[in-house]
Amino acid sequence: MDILYLLIPLSVVLVFFILAGLWWAIHRGQFDDIEREGERILEDP
Amino acid sequence: MQFPNAKATAYNDTVVRQFAIMTVVWGVVGMLVGVIIAAQLTWPELNFGIPWLSYGRLRPLHTNAVIFAFGGCGLFATAYYVAQRTCHVRLFGDKLAAFTFWGWQLVIVAAAISLPLGYTQGKEYAELEWPIDILITLVWVAFAVVFFGTIGTRKVRHIYVANWFFGAFILAVALLHIVNSAAIPADWMKSYSAYAGVQDAMVQWWYGHNAVGFFLTAGFLGMMYYFIPKQAERPVYSYRLSIVHFWALIFTYMWAGPHHLHYTALPDWTQSVGMVFSLILLAPSWGGMINGIMTLSGAWHKLRDDPILRFLIVSLSFYGMSTFEGPMMSIKTVNALSHYTDWTVGHVHSGALGWVGLVTMGSMYYLIPRLFGRKQMYSVKAIEIHFWTATIGIVIYIAAMWIAGVMQGLMWRAVNPDGTLTYTFVESVKATFPFYFLRLMGGLLYFGGMLVMLWNVWKTATGGKAVIVNIPAAAAHA
Repeated sequence: MDILYLLIPLSVVLVFFILAGLWWAIHRGQFDDIEREGERILEDP
Repeated sequence: MQFPNAKATAYNDTVVRQFAIMTVVWGVVGMLVGVIIAAQLTWPELNFGIPWLSYGRLRPLHTNAVIFAFGGCGLFATAYYVAQRTCHVRLFGDKLAAFTFWGWQLVIVAAAISLPLGYTQGKEYAELEWPIDILITLVWVAFAVVFFGTIGTRKVRHIYVANWFFGAFILAVALLHIVNSAAIPADWMKSYSAYAGVQDAMVQWWYGHNAVGFFLTAGFLGMMYYFIPKQAERPVYSYRLSIVHFWALIFTYMWAGPHHLHYTALPDWTQSVGMVFSLILLAPSWGGMINGIMTLSGAWHKLRDDPILRFLIVSLSFYGMSTFEGPMMSIKTVNALSHYTDWTVGHVHSGALGWVGLVTMGSMYYLIPRLFGRKQMYSVKAIEIHFWTATIGIVIYIAAMWIAGVMQGLMWRAVNPDGTLTYTFVESVKATFPFYFLRLMGGLLYFGGMLVMLWNVWKTATGGKAVIVNIPAAAAHA
């Protein structure tokens, strides 16, 4: 099952990218005042 | 540096309009092919002995047309629309966006020609030969540039949750396509996979299931998180839960694929990993489903007289159903009964017709009148008719396949006291005939509803005119 030597590291790298995305979102204030954001889209035509 | 799209005063709805219309057109084509192959399974004489019409060639045409042509165009249209409306900025790169439209149509036409001619890589949902695969890659990279360029030049600080789903869908599909389609060309329309045997099977289902997860789930969840709140005129039940839904789903999706290879040459522990991850997926899936449906909490009466909302909410019910059924079927002991039977076909179609189909149709019914400067579709009554024919069609389809599948599974495993098989394979085929007929009836109803939609869209588009929508003034969004 040599293919697992490709697929498993790929998944691990991907998890780190997802973590980086989550970290970015939290520290750039994407999730501050979170419930307000759900209502904002309703204000556009 | 300021990009030209950031200075524009109006949205780019041309490309959205093009993709929206083609969603409906390709929906009709793809579902027609589905009806034809359902009839061929009932009466194999309908092959007419013509190779181009044989089931083995038309089946990939059907799957490619409904997933990548109908579903794909729907995803392009809504991703472009939602990104612009939630970011208050024009789409990044007008020419590049136009390229994604014409490029994608070229891919679809190339598929519609090459598959009936018998050109195939033989990988499910990735049948297209290598030159078409390269074109897909180019279009997809352009799609990513347009989408992330739009997000990057946004005028609203917060990135709305639907965009996260669309973004994950675009990136994941790029990765899946490149890894799975790796092949050595032998000729202009012939290539050999870069992987062999069980290695190839593992890559194929790593791709196949993640295509379900990111193309058919994450992308359409993006649609759901924008169009349900807009149509219901209420914010999503819990915005906080929608964020949790997104991160939980993308963290856990990648390793469900091995459940397609239970009881094969794949190592046992890999199969078990696939099963465990599939079971875990129930939690984020149902969290999202409940979040979408509960958006109507306190306003359930809207379902009574709004057929578009009914499309969207019933699609979530099917999403909930198939994301319960899927993990259950991934359990090895259940899979021992269900695998290779028509139960799998029923499961796929409860997700495809119920979830992907209905949520796309509902979103198009919201989108199309607005793109043509009208308040609503030409005929609301026709939406109502479409809703009922589609829903009844799905129920007939999946009920027939459930019964057929369980029956086949039980017949195949039945043994006599002396250890011989009770039934021959062909006896199970014969016993399935009435259910194949019922499935065809369900499919015809669903297809009929799509024809009603095509007529309604035609009347709406020709009765209205393409409008230019201005971006709200900057002061409106601090």
